[in-house]
Amino acid sequence: MKRLLIRNGRVIDPSQGLDQGMDVLIEDGVISSISERLTAPARTKVFDAAGLVVAPGFIDLHTHLREPGFEHKETIASGCQAAVAGGFTAVCSMPDTQPVNDDPSVTAFICRRAEQAALARVYPVGAVSKGLAGEEMAEIGEMVAAGAVAVTDNHRPVRNSQLFRRALEYARSFDIPVLAHEEDIELSDGGSMHEGRVSTRIGLRGMPTSAEDVMVARDVLLADLTGGRLHICHLSTSTALDLVRVAKGRGLAVSCEVAAHQFILTDEDVAGSGYDPNWKTNPPLRSASDVEAILQAVYDGTVDAIVSDHEPHHADEKEHDFADAPFGIVGLETAVPLALNRLVHGRVIGMMQLVRLMSTRPAEIFGLPGGTLREGAPADITVLDLRALKKVDPTSFKSKSRNTPFAGVRLKGWPTVTIVGGEIVWQAKG
Amino acid sequence: MAVESAAALSGKDVVGISHLSPGEIQLILDTAEELLEVAKRPIKKVPALRGSTVVNLFMEASTRTRFSFEVAEKRLSADTLNFAASSSSVSKGETLFDTARNLMAMAPDFIVIRHPHSGAPHRLAKVVPASIINAGDGINEHPTQALLDAFTMRQTFADLEGLKVVIAGDIRHSRVARSNAFLLDKMGAEVRFVAPASLQPVDVEELGVIPFLRLEPALEGADVVMMLRIQLERQKRVNFPSMREYFDFFALTPERLDLAAGHAIVMHPGPMNRGVEIDSGVADGPRSVILDQVTNGVAIRMAILYLLAGGRSEAASDS
Repeated sequence: MKRLLIRNGRVIDPSQGLDQGMDVLIEDGVISSISERLTAPARTKVFDAAGLVVAPGFIDLHTHLREPGFEHKETIASGCQAAVAGGFTAVCSMPDTQPVNDDPSVTAFICRRAEQAALARVYPVGAVSKGLAGEEMAEIGEMVAAGAVAVTDNHRPVRNSQLFRRALEYARSFDIPVLAHEEDIELSDGGSMHEGRVSTRIGLRGMPTSAEDVMVARDVLLADLTGGRLHICHLSTSTALDLVRVAKGRGLAVSCEVAAHQFILTDEDVAGSGYDPNWKTNPPLRSASDVEAILQAVYDGTVDAIVSDHEPHHADEKEHDFADAPFGIVGLETAVPLALNRLVHGRVIGMMQLVRLMSTRPAEIFGLPGGTLREGAPADITVLDLRALKKVDPTSFKSKSRNTPFAGVRLKGWPTVTIVGGEIVWQAKG
Repeated sequence: MAVESAAALSGKDVVGISHLSPGEIQLILDTAEELLEVAKRPIKKVPALRGSTVVNLFMEASTRTRFSFEVAEKRLSADTLNFAASSSSVSKGETLFDTARNLMAMAPDFIVIRHPHSGAPHRLAKVVPASIINAGDGINEHPTQALLDAFTMRQTFADLEGLKVVIAGDIRHSRVARSNAFLLDKMGAEVRFVAPASLQPVDVEELGVIPFLRLEPALEGADVVMMLRIQLERQKRVNFPSMREYFDFFALTPERLDLAAGHAIVMHPGPMNRGVEIDSGVADGPRSVILDQVTNGVAIRMAILYLLAGGRSEAASDS
């Protein structure tokens, strides 16, 4: 029997309401015992976590791993390395690959590649429609049977309201959520940043908040109509959060996530960057008042999950002008320190709520194993050093891509050890 | 009270009016004043830029701006290279930075760039040692146009401060409108933007202008009326219904021009759409300074090249 004892850590587990000094014993990849004082049985590896936080493994609900098809940006192996180095024990991979993950063979390929990498767990997310074309429903059941945990058409939101209604209904048979990147493409009108005072000042075409809000409103109404499980991806506006509050108030099965960069950067940072595409995201970096609304919603529980929205792009692709460069920034290796630095050290929420948002709730809303340190649960554990002070150094990223607006930013609170299935798969240097 | 002229331009580039101080604007206008007489000489050439190389990098179609720059460069005795690339080279895999690196291999002293996307000159300016002059970037800025417009206004009104300037047309997509707004705001003029709200950017007050939804009230007491070219491309058919309707409600006609001050001048950056945004009676009328704008454009572009060259050679001798 293989054993690992994590000693003297501050265990934080929202699923059991725990925040206290405890020892955690892992046997054969499963949490076998958790108690204030455990003695190590013979031949047990011991890890001393004194001064560190021991939490159920963090789960990233929104990652683009790019494989198959865009291996120059990221592979499943490099993405998994980045994930564990960023404190994530599991990631959900989006279907906008080449070929699109709209078919069980692609789903199975992703699972196989992830098993070979043997680092983070990878949960594939399938497409709602064939080829993400928004016309015919993809084989949702077959993909679920092959390992998919949810479906979405991702950056090509389903414009056809009838198809989206039917997808919400159909997915109920497989008890999976339908994820939505909320954007009315016509209202975005080829824009590349948030529409407002700043876009008017610096002369970039804007994407109004209403492009996001009208689609959130539609989808909340369709969730009400269908009883389907709707999960809203990387939500970024104040009004969209109000709509989620309405949905939750009505008892609908609606959840939402926010990306870490969305509660830190604003459209003013885009202006300050000098048209640098490393500040180009979709949804765009919003106004300061949207950021305030997101922080409030993180505090009051309207937000269910914090995600990386990891979108790796090759350096060449960010050498274009702002409009020509693709949307998206890498996030797997910065999301956790950004959240610890801004939310916990910035006194927006406590550690219990942070772990809930990055582990327990993500597991609940997608129906994934993990998110808890209960005896019998898979031994996926994220260990954090809340006092570690480090600068973001893109050259040290495990990801194949370096497209981040946070280079050189000093952050307090970093992951230090990542354990998946009882194995230490990553440990910070020094 | 005129703004005091700066001693020199502070940066190596002219990428936008928003980066220039009022003193620098004044310096460019004053320098252009002196260079205007070169065009009146029998030999229209001065040796100021002899031995310097200027690349005209036009990634978006342009005839008049490119010609104006070329004439300015030649009158200053620079060697000029025209590099007309469509931004579709992007789809062939070449990045903006690749293009820049290729050009720098030819060691130019200046790159005049027009680009269909906002911010491209600003990004280039950061990565190349040559002086970048923005000849229009996306919907962002067209600084040399705003400078030649200000120069033209000064020929009639001596001072820009307090002038009431109407700018009417597709404001939302107009870099000319934006650069003019930045410049005129800095120099103390009052700018009135006129367009239906579907053709104005959100939060337009951010640009220091007064927005109007109809032309008539904006014209009251106006000293300058600048009309912008209106294009009805397929993708913009959601913004307004037809050329006819635009003319009926928003064009500058002789009757509407009578609402402006008696001394008002009429401007247009060209190319004009007669019968769409401007009536021929106005375009060719006694108050039109549209052709003066073209003449002045050469002097403004000469002034910028001249001043940037001076700044750079001083910087070089410092080191």
